Amino acid sequence: MFSYTFHWNQALKALPQMLDGALVTLQVALLSMVIGLALALALTACRLSGNRILGGFATAWVEIARNTPALFQIYMAHFGLGNFGIHLSPYTALLAGIAFNNAGYLAENFRGALKAIPDTQTRAGRSLGMTPVQAFRYIVLPQMLRIAFLPVTNQMVWAILMTSLGVTVGMNTDLAGITQELNARSFRTFEFFAIAAVIYYLIAKAVTLAARLLAARMFRY
Amino acid sequence: MIEIQNVRKSFGSLEVLKGIDLTVNKGEVVTVIGGSGSGKSTLLTCINGLEPIDSGRIVVDGTEVHAKSTDLNKLRAKVGIVFQQWNAFPHLTVLENVMLAPRKVLGLSKEKAEEIAVKQLTHVGLGEKLGVYPTRMSGGQQQRMAIARALAMSPEYMLFDEVTSALDPQLVGEVLDTLRMLASEGMTMICVTHEMKFAREVSDRVAFFHKGVMAEIAPPEALFGAPKDPELQKFLAATH
Repeated sequence: MFSYTFHWNQALKALPQMLDGALVTLQVALLSMVIGLALALALTACRLSGNRILGGFATAWVEIARNTPALFQIYMAHFGLGNFGIHLSPYTALLAGIAFNNAGYLAENFRGALKAIPDTQTRAGRSLGMTPVQAFRYIVLPQMLRIAFLPVTNQMVWAILMTSLGVTVGMNTDLAGITQELNARSFRTFEFFAIAAVIYYLIAKAVTLAARLLAARMFRY
Repeated sequence: MIEIQNVRKSFGSLEVLKGIDLTVNKGEVVTVIGGSGSGKSTLLTCINGLEPIDSGRIVVDGTEVHAKSTDLNKLRAKVGIVFQQWNAFPHLTVLENVMLAPRKVLGLSKEKAEEIAVKQLTHVGLGEKLGVYPTRMSGGQQQRMAIARALAMSPEYMLFDEVTSALDPQLVGEVLDTLRMLASEGMTMICVTHEMKFAREVSDRVAFFHKGVMAEIAPPEALFGAPKDPELQKFLAATH
């Protein structure tokens, strides 16, 4: 009933190649998080600005990012924008798509974190003569980042896994892309994807652990 | 000098201040007593511009608080306020809590801000707690930290809004002692309080608020000894 013969040696020979791909994966994920965090802060600022246009823009972004498939977001960045003459490479399109998605989720995390900080914190800062911006920067923001830290870590893991969607727009240098090519050449689907899955798992675990260590150092209160 | 002239203030249809007149001179300690909802706390938040007023005016050393041209951030550095809820900044140590505003608002150097913060914290008896996070301290200690935080701005006036009301009874004393100390040092203070004994001891004048009106104001001996206003008589009978 089970006539498949495993060929692990053949797959393991490709391991160095796959690890190179893993580095690209990690790079895309990290960049998408850095960009996503910056955008999420900007979206949060838009929502807090009280300006209806800025607020509406931020809300629309968050709604679309969170309620449409990440795959479509990456597709749109590559093929969708291509229709308008904007041609992004698979790498850039993947990065843009994930950063867009990250920004939406992270902005929502920030919003939740902000709700947990009482208004009286801002009032205490204001009563000491701080401007609204100073009170936000020195009192609210550090607390918000702390509360949002674990959800942000989750999003980082999610970003790593999302990079595998790059295959659909022709990305062939990351872990998923390389695995897919190896598979197409050898048809050792199970072996290659099993190894790739283990590598994804290890990266995700390493990131979670690093985040925990960082949190223990950063948040002493 | 703080001059409050015919100040009116409403929240929606509820008028909480119905034409308040009060002048507090440099070095004076005025306590404000009265039932809940009598407008006493609102008055304090109006004095340092945290709340707008509907009419009348409040003038601090010649600066009209609610004038459009007034730099409220500058004014607030001069008029300190401490609230019932002390609002410690949980992400900062006790020392950092007190250093923050002198550094960012007054633009002092780190060394200078630290020197001031250590001095003020020692003054309120928290010299041993500099590196501690406020959440590890009692409410009384956190409230004293909040007082040191306001004092670090070198204010000329201090407003205290029921600063002992949220504390466990055994912690009230240490905070009142801090206020007594400030009063004896000549700080100009307006204290909203429910502590009648304290009001009697430290005040130059005591004001009784009732339903948004300052019903009576007098030196403590007169106000507590021979209250004239019938509502004040009832209030004192109920609190004794």
